[in-house]
Amino acid sequence: MNHNARAIRAIALKDLGQVLRNKTVWLPMILLPLILQVIMPAVMTMLPTYIPSDDMDMDELVTMMATMPGELRSALEGLSDAQAWVMISSNYMFAPLFLIVPLMVSSIIAADGFVGERERRTMEALLYSPVSDQDLFLAKLLAAWAPAVVISWGAFLVNALVVNLTGYRIMGRVFFPQPMWWGMLLWLGPGLSLTSLGATVLISAKAKTFMQAQQMSGMLVLPVVLLMIGQVSGLLFISSAVVWILGIPVWLLGLWLVWIGSHSFKRDELIGRV
Amino acid sequence: MDQAIVTEGLTRRFQRKDAPPITAVDDLNLTIEAGEVFGVLGPNGAGKTTTVRLLNGLLGPSDGSARVLGLDISSEGDAIRRQTGVLTETPSLYDTLSARQNLAFFAELYDLDPEGIQGRIEALLADVGLTARAGGPVGAFSKGMRQRLAIARALLHEPRLLFFDEPTAGLDPAATRKVHQTIRGLSKQRRTIVMCTHNLVEAQSLCDRVGVLDQGRLLAVGTPRELARSLWQGAEVAITFCGRPEEPVGKLISSHAAVRGHSLSGDCLTLELADEDAIPDLVAAIVGVGGRILAVEPQAHSLEDVYFKIQEGANDES
Repeated sequence: MNHNARAIRAIALKDLGQVLRNKTVWLPMILLPLILQVIMPAVMTMLPTYIPSDDMDMDELVTMMATMPGELRSALEGLSDAQAWVMISSNYMFAPLFLIVPLMVSSIIAADGFVGERERRTMEALLYSPVSDQDLFLAKLLAAWAPAVVISWGAFLVNALVVNLTGYRIMGRVFFPQPMWWGMLLWLGPGLSLTSLGATVLISAKAKTFMQAQQMSGMLVLPVVLLMIGQVSGLLFISSAVVWILGIPVWLLGLWLVWIGSHSFKRDELIGRV
Repeated sequence: MDQAIVTEGLTRRFQRKDAPPITAVDDLNLTIEAGEVFGVLGPNGAGKTTTVRLLNGLLGPSDGSARVLGLDISSEGDAIRRQTGVLTETPSLYDTLSARQNLAFFAELYDLDPEGIQGRIEALLADVGLTARAGGPVGAFSKGMRQRLAIARALLHEPRLLFFDEPTAGLDPAATRKVHQTIRGLSKQRRTIVMCTHNLVEAQSLCDRVGVLDQGRLLAVGTPRELARSLWQGAEVAITFCGRPEEPVGKLISSHAAVRGHSLSGDCLTLELADEDAIPDLVAAIVGVGGRILAVEPQAHSLEDVYFKIQEGANDES
């Protein structure tokens, strides 16, 4: 089928513009990466600088290191306790938190694009335009997915800069990112973003307001929180292999949710909800 | 003349949970000619908006079919919408964008020639009197300004067929007048206009023909005059004389076969006739017996009279 690229671009840019003009929508997208990717990692990597290693309880860290997969252990070889702390906290311990960024950003933009459009009573004019259902859906997907990926990459770059700067005094070299991060950035993060997007599309069909859609899609962070608990407790360490393998079901789930969403995104259905 | 819209048994039902389905449009058979201003009248819930949505391919029919500008509403919705412009009941504009940005956005959706877009937008903004406010956010616009901008948007791609859903609802008299002028201007350009309205005076002054919908059924269709003739037998005419009419006029009136009754008030004679067509001959006969006529005014039933008579009939039937 032929797509109207010009219309898709116009709708996607318009949706993004709407997001940028709405503080309640863009503020969480700034605060979330700032807290998760800048403030928290910076505090963690600076801890050994200000707290002498003798005062830090390193026993748990040593126990954790013993259960780590080879890839992680080799990265820690020859490091002092303080250096190991900086390496683990910046590269591994809070790594799952990074995944919240693409997940939440795509969910916020999608909720605004799908439910917000309806709430502002602007959907009807779009439906009376000659843009096909598929192009309209595609435009709204792109408007949410692409910025989510770009923002997560941007947050990663800032994170890399901050932790390398704050940890440099202890490490004496650039130590972030470890190889696992490439899988997070290029595979698992975008996949989670798509899954979150697909779920938000389905939620949007039920939600009446942007806030309601936001609250409902807040549940999407639960798997990431579980991953985080697994990581901190030593039950599951995120290694490169784990990231690439985990990405497969995440992408499949995302594609399936988007496919279902695309089938419910029909004018006949949508016009009844405006 | 080409036919802009032809519907055959067009029906749309809505399924409901734990309740029988609602038939919003019921067996609609209607033809609207190209260049015509057609009024769709009816109370709230009559099926007017659903009909507009069906004819633009937003909703699929449950039964029957329709062709709009020769295109099938079931399978060629995108192509239909490329040639139609719709003014929805709520203007459906982006408040944070300016008037100019709103139009530019929709110009992209209609894939208009990029080189001509700017000129077209400025011309439309001037037509609807919004040039001075074109750069400001639409959120600060009055209802009338929003409505005019929504009309400009509906005209952006120069559609052959326009749908106006309650175009003057909630507008002040000045804004209403501007909208009416716009509709008259479009009619002069031979565009087909379908106008859904509750405002019967507006429909009478703007529409060539009207259709009355109730509970999804088309109760009547025709010009207001045709509808009046089908509802009331005979006609009434008021003839004003230069002074009180002379005796020969009185004799003529009393004996004329077409006259069923008459009353005189000052110099105005009101006649009840068997048929409206008798008026020209009767006037000629009055002049023939020396009657000096100043004015002849057929007492036509207003569209409001017609509408309520049709509604009464429908209520009696149900």
